[in-house]
Amino acid sequence: MLSRESSATLMSAITAFLYREARLQDEHRYEAWEKLWTDDGVYWVPANGADIDPERQMSIIYDNRSRIALRVRQLMTGKHFTQTPQSNLRRLISNIELMDQQPEDGDIAVASNSLIFESSLRDDTLWAARNEYRLRHVDGELRMAAKKVILVNNDKAIYTLSFLV
Amino acid sequence: MNMMTGVSPWERLIRPDRVHGSLYTDPEIFEAELKSIWYRTWVYVGHESEVPNANDYVVKSIGPQSVIMTRDERGKVNLLLNRCSHRGNQVCSFERGNARSFTCPFHSWTFANDGRLVGYAFPDGYEGQDKSQLALGRVTRVESYRGFVFGSFATDGPTLKEHLGGAAETIDRLVRTSPEGEVEITAGFLKHRVKANWKFILENECDGYHPAFVHTSIFGVADSMIGKLYGGASTALTRDYGNGHTEIDLRPEFRKRDAPMSWFGTSEERLPDYTARMKAAYGDNAAREIMIDGTPHVMIFPNLFIAEIQMFVIQPLGVDDSVQHVTALQFKGAPDLNRRLRQQTMGSVGPAGFLLADDSEMYERCHRGVLARNPEWIFLGRGEKRQRQDEHGFTVGHVTDEVPSRGIWTHYRKLMEPA
Repeated sequence: MLSRESSATLMSAITAFLYREARLQDEHRYEAWEKLWTDDGVYWVPANGADIDPERQMSIIYDNRSRIALRVRQLMTGKHFTQTPQSNLRRLISNIELMDQQPEDGDIAVASNSLIFESSLRDDTLWAARNEYRLRHVDGELRMAAKKVILVNNDKAIYTLSFLV
Repeated sequence: MNMMTGVSPWERLIRPDRVHGSLYTDPEIFEAELKSIWYRTWVYVGHESEVPNANDYVVKSIGPQSVIMTRDERGKVNLLLNRCSHRGNQVCSFERGNARSFTCPFHSWTFANDGRLVGYAFPDGYEGQDKSQLALGRVTRVESYRGFVFGSFATDGPTLKEHLGGAAETIDRLVRTSPEGEVEITAGFLKHRVKANWKFILENECDGYHPAFVHTSIFGVADSMIGKLYGGASTALTRDYGNGHTEIDLRPEFRKRDAPMSWFGTSEERLPDYTARMKAAYGDNAAREIMIDGTPHVMIFPNLFIAEIQMFVIQPLGVDDSVQHVTALQFKGAPDLNRRLRQQTMGSVGPAGFLLADDSEMYERCHRGVLARNPEWIFLGRGEKRQRQDEHGFTVGHVTDEVPSRGIWTHYRKLMEPA
């Protein structure tokens, strides 16, 4: 068990990390965002609910670390037309919680809510999600080992989602 | 028919090498399409493997209409309209499940999963009613081809086999990729919505002209061989099967490579179990041929697209509102192949896919573009002078030619013009 004091310190470090991730995403700073990942990172955006098996069922995104790198490289070409021009984005991150069930391997399980306003050539779109993270201390810095983005409407037909969610 | 000129409106809007922009944007034309195409011709609805057991159901659609595909106790597949015969409430509000009957939540009318009305609440007051006249609506004709279930609201007209015509062979070619000769649709669907007319999607599926440009971002960074299939030097073909069905035939390119599983960017060595099962099922030579040729890239008019490794189903909701339902093809008896099919499908299609996100962007930009009234036409003349007939009498052209679009519009005009 963490003491109250160290828990508060950890919580403030986590909050700062999540805000920073949100800002890098909003500002299309792809390389800086990619550096937030651990070498074994998994980026998962399920479809049709929160509890599907991504090894059996289709997900909107189910990227291992090399596919995360590919996603970033495609965005960096400047010719990924659905992000050329780039969407204007701002997201709110809230309800940040350390989860009761912590992994045994020392990773930190954290969850938050996010509300994202996207303005693109198509229109203005509001996205809402529950985000679940596994964070890890690497060389004194927090990194993402896993990020799961559960879109509130992931069982419905949704518009193109080409920014980093 | 315009009485003054003797020219039908469709003849004025559809010419051999061009179509009028209003065909994509006019709400009245969209309403006419629902009646003359979506509620008349054969439309793909679902696959038998989505309802494997007695009493399984899955909710599908024909255009904006919700359709429940059920397998009843006797094993028969039914296509029922999701509308209570009493006051119109939707009788089914879950996407899938297993149920012998559907009970309407409004007044508790209950229907068997073959559509029969089996009971209404407080039956006194309904003296003398004939229950058989109060069944759920049905899609008038239901036929299946190798597990693919199609429905038509027309009481008569061509059979499904006649409608598929030459394109049936592409489905035969698809199922051969399974050592057991069967496709399974078991991975769930991604549903990708676009603000664009459905025909932009339909035409794009077999447009071999755009990949080099629209997908340059992913071809440039991924170790993909797809780009080479669509270049100016490619020997791949476009084909018009008639009845609106179109194909990009990549076999000439794969046969040049002469390497089994190259169509899927892999090799026999990396799929040893699959390769062994294919050879056991078809014999060494035929298995080798199947594994070199790969799966088809075919658009079955108006809504079923088989894109080598995945299946798309086009659903129009409004003149500028469409959904692409997408899933990985799964082949019975091929678990090692299927895993790769799922992984590659998730990478390439759906709202965040490396390929489909950019295609969708193009549909939406085209839709906004054609709202401009001038020039009025969409030009589809590429390859018109060099197209030819293949040995079966189907029109073929270079992979970058607009043979498919011209074929689609010829059939479209036939359907839209009053007989």
